Amino acid sequence: MENKALLMQGNEACVRGALYAGMKFYSGYPITPSTEIAELSAEYLPTVGGTFIQMEDEIAGIAAAIGASIAGKKSMTATSGPGFTLKQENLGYAVMAEIPLVIVDVQRGGPSTGLPTQSAQGDVMQAKWGTHGDSAIIALSPNSVTETFYLTVRAFNLAEKYRTPVILLTDEVIGHAREKIFLPEAGEIETFDRLGPLEDRPYIPYGVEEGDIVPRFAPFGTGHRYNITGLFHNEQGFPSNSQENAQIMLQRIHDKLNGEDIIDFESLYCDDAEYVFLSYGSTSRSAIAAVNQLRKEGYKVGLFRPITIWPSPEKQIKELASRVGEICVAEMNLGQYFLEVQRLACGDTKVSHMGRANGDILVPEEFVARAKEYFNER
Amino acid sequence: MSDRSQLVDKYFRVDNLPHIWCPGCSHGIVTRALTKAIDELDLDPDKIVIVSGIGCSSRAAGYLNFNTLHTTHGRAIAYATGIKLANPELHVIVITGDGDASAIGGNHLIHACRRNIDLTVMIFNNNIYGMTGGQYSPTTPHTALGTTAPYGNIDRPFDLVRLVEGAGATYIARGTAYHTLQLTGYMKKAIAHKGLSVVEAISSCPTYYGRKNRIGDAVGMMQWMKDTFVEKRAYDRLDEEKRIGKVPFGEFVNIQAPEYTAVLAEITKRVEGRL
Repeated sequence: MENKALLMQGNEACVRGALYAGMKFYSGYPITPSTEIAELSAEYLPTVGGTFIQMEDEIAGIAAAIGASIAGKKSMTATSGPGFTLKQENLGYAVMAEIPLVIVDVQRGGPSTGLPTQSAQGDVMQAKWGTHGDSAIIALSPNSVTETFYLTVRAFNLAEKYRTPVILLTDEVIGHAREKIFLPEAGEIETFDRLGPLEDRPYIPYGVEEGDIVPRFAPFGTGHRYNITGLFHNEQGFPSNSQENAQIMLQRIHDKLNGEDIIDFESLYCDDAEYVFLSYGSTSRSAIAAVNQLRKEGYKVGLFRPITIWPSPEKQIKELASRVGEICVAEMNLGQYFLEVQRLACGDTKVSHMGRANGDILVPEEFVARAKEYFNER
Repeated sequence: MSDRSQLVDKYFRVDNLPHIWCPGCSHGIVTRALTKAIDELDLDPDKIVIVSGIGCSSRAAGYLNFNTLHTTHGRAIAYATGIKLANPELHVIVITGDGDASAIGGNHLIHACRRNIDLTVMIFNNNIYGMTGGQYSPTTPHTALGTTAPYGNIDRPFDLVRLVEGAGATYIARGTAYHTLQLTGYMKKAIAHKGLSVVEAISSCPTYYGRKNRIGDAVGMMQWMKDTFVEKRAYDRLDEEKRIGKVPFGEFVNIQAPEYTAVLAEITKRVEGRL
């Protein structure tokens, strides 16, 4: 079959990506601007033998998805700001119990009910720190419909490989934008399934086999009767109050996310740039347009776009900070990823911020003006 | 060899014993009744999933040698729903407490009942938050004392049986840790039932509820159960004034209705391969 160009919305691309990756379970609760993800999952999942359920609230939405993953199904839930907040406790459970799961947050304006139909990037820090305790998380940020498809597949792959919840941190603009997309054929891009128990030895539910990154996963009902808990637990999965054990366990949960394949980014004209915009998600689209225009006019500007938001591309941002005149973090909030970039730049270069949180997107003209200001004042 | 020790060896993770429950707590009796029910049904332990929330009752999961999931406070039924939908062949049994099921988890309880999904919910009701030290729960009687009700509980309690009946559960029974033979029978029927079944198992917390309310120690609380809970048919025959202070136990609802995963399977069969 010839690969046809399709016109598709970001939220639909997310569902198509999830199905491509092998999603067999979706549970959630309606919330703008993510609802299309639930609606299309409800329509498509039964046609591939999967299951959709609309739960009674946001909390149940993530809890049921974790339950289905424990029973062996690739699971997803989607939400937006207020719902994302409600899901935080159980997100932490999935981190602690190491349950693969994809959580989509189509960001909208906040705090509180905020601006339900308008875009924002105000959940960046919530994605990282929203659940209590010293959690560790992967969050990916697409900036187009096509990238939403591919990053959803990637979110599932990373969730399965690292036994962790992965957040797809999109936003209202990307979720609702309609763009041209070519979907890959089945088998064209790699999909990953969690590793099952080895047959030649006893199954240790939370023990890591030599050469593995994470414990092997035995779905409930497959003959390995073991315990899963959100309490700190020993290798057998039973609660443990040992501080030594807690230290080792938490460290492992953090260390596993140092995987080289987790970090992903786009770097545009950064090699010789003097002034760099650091932007992600829908905002980066305006940044790219502005950088292309400024380059035509001869300005040495660049764009650095973290695609993996968390863990942040530390090495790359530090390297950038060591050689550019200024990094301007542009995002639809009052300065969130800005703090992370400032931390990484550590005084090596000036880090400035451009952003607002009133639902109004940042446009290319603003980027152009901002960069010219820098070059004029130099 | 007693019957008790056989069940322990067969169904408990003996390496994890002794349990954390206080001396005199009835949760052990209720948990034993559950294993007895499972034993009599002769179910494959590999296909049994126990899902619990947070609280004293929810610690039962870790002691049982099945697929066990100790979740977050109030959410056990929501996790269990995901497991059952992902693999309808599994017998999914929720162990929860009065606070876990009807306060923080009340929404999940009523909606699971409404859906009539094939889960069995065992509510260990000891009328108090035991693990946190004796605060009043949604089933603490009006005027009873708790550590957060030092002048008497102002709230009126839930009647859990009537709550889940109103919500649509298709098998409902109430038993007690004193009347264990009957309790085991209800649990057995609940697990075998196709649909959402609820067993309210009256348990006791002598450490907090009994002491605070001067009902007594473990034995005193057993006496209280014996005196207070009357088999439903006998209760129904009592004059209205003789019912005061008495609570019926027994089977309250046992009906058949379309079960969620069965209906879902039919829909899936109809539309599978359509796209």
